[in-house]
Amino acid sequence: MHNLTAQSLACERNGRTLFSGLNIVITPGQYVELRGPNGAGKSSLLRLLAGLLPASAGTIAADGKTSADEPLATQLHFIAHDSAMKTAMTVAENLQFWCDVLGGSAIANALQAFSLESLRDDPVQLLSAGQRRRLALSRLFVAERPIWLLDEPATALDQKSTSTLHAHMKAHTEHGGMIIAAVHGETGLTPDQTIDLGQYT
Amino acid sequence: MKAFTAIFLRDLKLGLRQGGGAMSALSFMLAVLVLVPLALGPDQNLLRRLAPGFMWMTLLLAVLLTSERIFQQDFEDGTLDGLAGSGLPLELVVFAKALAHWLSVSLPLAMIAPFLGLLLNIEAAAIPLLLAAMALGSLALSMLTSIAGAITAGLKRGALLAALLVLPLDVPVLIFGLSVSTLSAGPATSGQPLLVLLAIALISLAVQPLAAAAALRAYLR
Repeated sequence: MHNLTAQSLACERNGRTLFSGLNIVITPGQYVELRGPNGAGKSSLLRLLAGLLPASAGTIAADGKTSADEPLATQLHFIAHDSAMKTAMTVAENLQFWCDVLGGSAIANALQAFSLESLRDDPVQLLSAGQRRRLALSRLFVAERPIWLLDEPATALDQKSTSTLHAHMKAHTEHGGMIIAAVHGETGLTPDQTIDLGQYT
Repeated sequence: MKAFTAIFLRDLKLGLRQGGGAMSALSFMLAVLVLVPLALGPDQNLLRRLAPGFMWMTLLLAVLLTSERIFQQDFEDGTLDGLAGSGLPLELVVFAKALAHWLSVSLPLAMIAPFLGLLLNIEAAAIPLLLAAMALGSLALSMLTSIAGAITAGLKRGALLAALLVLPLDVPVLIFGLSVSTLSAGPATSGQPLLVLLAIALISLAVQPLAAAAALRAYLR
């Protein structure tokens, strides 16, 4: 895995510039916190990095290759606010789907990661908000990807699950992965970098 | 290929399991075809003459009813964003979904419609030809409806717009489908419209991936 760099990145939504002139260099093993007030463009920046949103200016590159040459999308997990899980299917069915789609081999790890084994045959419809969040985060473990893009990952999680999440994040960076997370308030983690989007408006 | 199969199988499963899918389209069709003879009265010859038209119209509208559920849910719950990470081109994603829609919604409707036609007094001998015509027609209908579904994926209550968009495209299917049914007296004469239906189905198969993917890309921003 190589550095992830963004040069003079700008993002425009609905004719309004959210941020511009943003330069980022993230090296393997780093955990980066994305901060800023509501509407500063934290989610938009994550979508931009995930290749789901075109940048109005600037480039994103990994290993000197821009996202146009080789899609970064297949090297990353992007967990947004929406769970991307079907309520009519069970926990295991949903994870198996993402496992097949993202090229993983088995869902045992993913079920274990946030202790969802006991819920594996429950339809997602019956899960609580926190359980759904754990299921959404389990997608990180259906296939191995070096870059994690997380949008307020701890929303709706209880204390125990939050510390599980933090342990997983720590392990991921220790194995050379990168994490970019949009967060609010005190997280209890020590970021290697903090990007305050409020400064780039 | 594994990703393609996974999307296809999941949509088949959801189509059969979830409300608003095959079952609601089927009950719509059943309701219309049961009400028609009651509304038109007991004139058996009249019913027989009007039957093919009613059956094709009901099939078309029943398939159209399901346009909203092809892409809207995936768009809203973030599944489409997640699928971008699969490396599978969006053209193949939308094609897998349209194929699943055909197999779980349109094809079952097309296979049942001719038998419901017995309520409208069609001849039993006309059923095999109707089955063939409706199978081809339903493939075209599914592809065209999924294009409209992709265009309206990000709109609340997009079904009305989808209907307006897709109706003109559905008209050729209706016309040639009907000419198969009305000529069913002699198989020799019905070959031509059947071939045209096949051509329409193949064209929509070829166009659907490009058109639906382009429509969804416009939303991914």
